[in-house]
Amino acid sequence: MLTKRIIPCLDVKDGRVVKGIRFRELRDAGDPAHLAGVYQEEGADELVFLDISASTERRSTRRDWVASVADRLSIPFTVGGGISSEEEAVELVALGADKISLNTAAVRRPELFSECARRLGQQAVVAAVDVCRRDDGWEVIIEGGQTPTGLDALAWVREATARGAGEILLTSMDRDGTASGYDRELLVAVCAAVSVPVIASGGAGTVAHLAEAFEAGAEGALAASIFHYGTLRIGEVKEALAARGIPVRRGGSGPTGENRPWA
Amino acid sequence: MEKILIAIVDYGTGNVGSLGNMLHKIGQESELASTPDVLERADAILLPGVGAFDRGMGNLQASGLLETLTRRVRDEGVPVLGICLGMQLLARSSEEGTLPGLGWIDAVCRKFSFPPEDRQHKVPHMGWNAVIPRSGEALFAGMEPGALFYFVHSYHVVCADPGDVLGVSEYGETFTSAVRRDNVFGVQFHPEKSLRFGMRLLRNFCEGVGR
Repeated sequence: MLTKRIIPCLDVKDGRVVKGIRFRELRDAGDPAHLAGVYQEEGADELVFLDISASTERRSTRRDWVASVADRLSIPFTVGGGISSEEEAVELVALGADKISLNTAAVRRPELFSECARRLGQQAVVAAVDVCRRDDGWEVIIEGGQTPTGLDALAWVREATARGAGEILLTSMDRDGTASGYDRELLVAVCAAVSVPVIASGGAGTVAHLAEAFEAGAEGALAASIFHYGTLRIGEVKEALAARGIPVRRGGSGPTGENRPWA
Repeated sequence: MEKILIAIVDYGTGNVGSLGNMLHKIGQESELASTPDVLERADAILLPGVGAFDRGMGNLQASGLLETLTRRVRDEGVPVLGICLGMQLLARSSEEGTLPGLGWIDAVCRKFSFPPEDRQHKVPHMGWNAVIPRSGEALFAGMEPGALFYFVHSYHVVCADPGDVLGVSEYGETFTSAVRRDNVFGVQFHPEKSLRFGMRLLRNFCEGVGR
């Protein structure tokens, strides 16, 4: 049986992780490859890196850290943030990223999905979609939450997948950073709108929130602050999810650790 | 482990770096084969691959490696392990494309297809899933039942001869996740992204070569 994925997200700026993993890790919190290794050992099923550098420096600094993350990890990882061309996407995959996520540039030029999917395969192309709740649904927001587009989220995820996105990384901006739970209604609507896997993001605060996301149809749950600040450990999250009957891969899964489902 | 050389076929269609890394971690020497001479020297060959079937076959044909690869595997019996798309290329054909596959396994590739009312099974099949190997297979030696591997694919191999099926997995249906015919092996999952058991599988493959 396919297990549900727990996916920590790391924000990277100028080649350094901006938020650390828990306070005890703060002195090491700068190095993406180091933190990636810690999360892998704790049982992360995948990782997402979001590059929030200014666009002028992004591409040159990214080569180094993506290569060293690839060197360190034996689990899949996605790189996103400011990817605006097929060439950039191909370069990141050549450096070792398993998937790339497209956001603002794909809203401006939706052909980017098909161009990247043709070169890399649909499985490597993630549509990162940030949305805000409106009276009649959800609106797509771009440029890191700055710019409303007028696009309806459900119409947009349908278009993105029709053009070649193989996964949706769905962030509720209303819930992001609130630890008040994922937007369940949004998840249900998006999961019904597309047939590709949907990753829930924005609002994770408790194990119950993660369980709710999976019950709403998400294949993966992304979380940042609860893991960075040590509110929850990946291992305990998985144990608690398993107790609720949700299939997960056993935590603590370093190369010498476990790699089995919870019985 | 006996000193052997593993060639990783580098035809612009796979994440060859991750494979090389994992082989390095198990102390296994490997070289990227972008020219035929590396294939000539190899004791075993890994055929990785991600993406679409026709692009993979097209790149393989354009690489200048296909003739040597075929001779080494088919005439000289060098073990080959196809990974993900690399496994699908071992088949005769795929619903995903029009180009013929290598045809080293009597199989075709079909797309996962679930009825619209099935809200559980998404395509691509993406994430960690269990592989149930045929009993006594050396490739899966040392794996506990329910060992999980990382999958990411929309098409899967359907063998004409059940004797070629080395392992199966469940995703809405039982599908073939590992194949073997003589010296030709294939796995649908990514051992290089599957931590301990992925590492063990690659080690088993390399050790099998030495014997």
